[in-house]
Amino acid sequence: MSSCDDGSVTTPESPREAGSTATEVAPEPAHRVLRHRRGAVVAGVAGGVADHLGVPVLRVRVVFTLLCALGGAGVLAYGGLWVCCAMEPAGTEREVDDRDRIRGYGLVALGLALALVLSAVGDQVSGWVLGPLGIALVGAAVVWREADGDAAAAGRSGRRGRPRIVAGRGGVLRAVLGAVLVAGGITVFLVGRLNVGAVQFGLLAATATLVGVVVLTVPWWMRLARELTAERRERIRSEERAEIAAHLHDSVLQTLALIQRHTETGDDDAPAVREVRRLARRQERELREWLYGERERPAGPEDAGEGAPETSCFGAALRAAAGEVEDAFAVTVAPVVVGDAAHDARTAALVAAAREAMVNAAKHAGVDEISVYAEVEDSDALAVFVRDRGCGFDPEDVPADRHGLADSIRARVERHGGTVRLRTAPGDGTEVALTLPRAAPAPENTDRTTTSEVA
Amino acid sequence: MSTPTDDEPARVFIVDDHALFRRGVRAELEGPAASGVTVVGEAGSVGEAVAGIGHYRPDVVLLDVHMPEGGGAAVLARTRVDHPDVVFLALSVSDAAEDVISVIRAGARGYVTKTISGRDLADAVRRVRAGDPVFSPRLAGFVLDAFADRPGAAPPVDPEVDQLTRRERDVLRLLARGYAYKEIAAELVISIKTVETHVSSVLRKTQSSNRHELSRWATDRRLV
Repeated sequence: MSSCDDGSVTTPESPREAGSTATEVAPEPAHRVLRHRRGAVVAGVAGGVADHLGVPVLRVRVVFTLLCALGGAGVLAYGGLWVCCAMEPAGTEREVDDRDRIRGYGLVALGLALALVLSAVGDQVSGWVLGPLGIALVGAAVVWREADGDAAAAGRSGRRGRPRIVAGRGGVLRAVLGAVLVAGGITVFLVGRLNVGAVQFGLLAATATLVGVVVLTVPWWMRLARELTAERRERIRSEERAEIAAHLHDSVLQTLALIQRHTETGDDDAPAVREVRRLARRQERELREWLYGERERPAGPEDAGEGAPETSCFGAALRAAAGEVEDAFAVTVAPVVVGDAAHDARTAALVAAAREAMVNAAKHAGVDEISVYAEVEDSDALAVFVRDRGCGFDPEDVPADRHGLADSIRARVERHGGTVRLRTAPGDGTEVALTLPRAAPAPENTDRTTTSEVA
Repeated sequence: MSTPTDDEPARVFIVDDHALFRRGVRAELEGPAASGVTVVGEAGSVGEAVAGIGHYRPDVVLLDVHMPEGGGAAVLARTRVDHPDVVFLALSVSDAAEDVISVIRAGARGYVTKTISGRDLADAVRRVRAGDPVFSPRLAGFVLDAFADRPGAAPPVDPEVDQLTRRERDVLRLLARGYAYKEIAAELVISIKTVETHVSSVLRKTQSSNRHELSRWATDRRLV
């Protein structure tokens, strides 16, 4: 149905259409025939065509009615447009003139009568064919309309629930009526055309074919049903999750924030207070990760704290490292990541170095909070800054047996062609800046002077 | 704008639907750690907030982002016209870009998270009252990300307001790294006043840019 787009459908209706789309640079969105949702007499086709051509809807309906007289061509045209044209989006408001509608019903009746009468008085074959088949067509129209209406209703209310073919008892009644009309029309047609023995054979053949088709397509039906079920389950799950997230956000996260605030204003020297804050912070982080983190992550929230979580993004890995440091040292590490990159061995080394810098800050700076900022610069380099406002130190005074900065940070990053800059002074806080070129380094390109002008 | 002198304490109005949280903030702002700030009133809903702000005419409103009936953005929409001299500082438990960007675009002059310490909060209040935007590192990161020119970022529509100057970018980067204005000034060898000008200009661009629907961009970015 959707493959049948505007061009093939509308060109027979409007010869000017072909020219106008070719010449106009920016066609309006109204160039497709969209069936009217409101004010429709049968399926809103006439209204859509009228909008498309820019003529009153009554005129289009009259044309359809007159076409009905030509051997029922109007009915066929209407049916074809009905199948091929999409309905306008839900919620489209338009004014409906009741008189227009009543005239529409009148014209439908007139058109059907014309088709039947003219075919009856005309050629006998045409009469026999179109009479019963016309009834079948009306039945099909009733069923189709029901399906259309259900889609519209579901779109309007947006409620969740099982998708249904028909809605309500009236809907079932109409669908049954339509089916009876279709079956009746076809039966009358067959009975009129064929002798009784042939009808029996035909019915048998048709039934056998139907059964065969059903049997052949069983796997397909099964799969369709399964997919529908899975889709519905997934949708319900995500809706529920959003609800839970909103609730937790408003209750638990608020409380955790409150706990952290209260313990922060208290004295830091009480270990119990520090522990409470650490727990609150950890709980908040894990909850946040679970609520808003990557959906495809297979593991549950328990997994976030320990070990090396398998992540595919540099940013997530850095956040995980920050979380580990928070847990281990009861400090607040607030990573801000701008941009992101794929996580590989090189970025892993960068994250490990950044983690070491955070650990150093947590151990030695004597502060509650460490700032971590990571930026994936426009395709050139990854930069991570780990900063504290703590006591700072004199790099010259670091005892020779302390290898943290030299080995764990500098060596790690430089092995991958990156640079490390350290900025600190006693009483002035510490900032470790790590830069890693994004592409694997060619030896000449990693000249340290290019990136370390502030060192 | 009837800016009070810096000697007078900043008059603060707290809007949050959690009574416990209001009480906590109030206790902190009235405690010894936070000088130069007095709490004149509080509200637990959008309606109360609109009435209370009209009645007390506070200097600074501490505004919760998430509340029933439209949240902080609704309060901003209903009071900004009548009280253009009231400064709003958003205070939220959420770090989602969606919330941060939306409340800034609704007119808040700054954004801090609820885990901020009482001292820092009082400091932020004094700064927004003095007219400076308060950019948490996180907010600076979001803005940098939103205005980035990498593929996947929000594409620019109007180069005037949809692009940050190199200097503004530098300032934002340092903010995201946790630098204070004073430290940024020293780092970039410019005056504090110039830093404030840059940050104000970034705030203005964030509020007025229609770089392809900044708010939509923020919504799509579900990271916390």
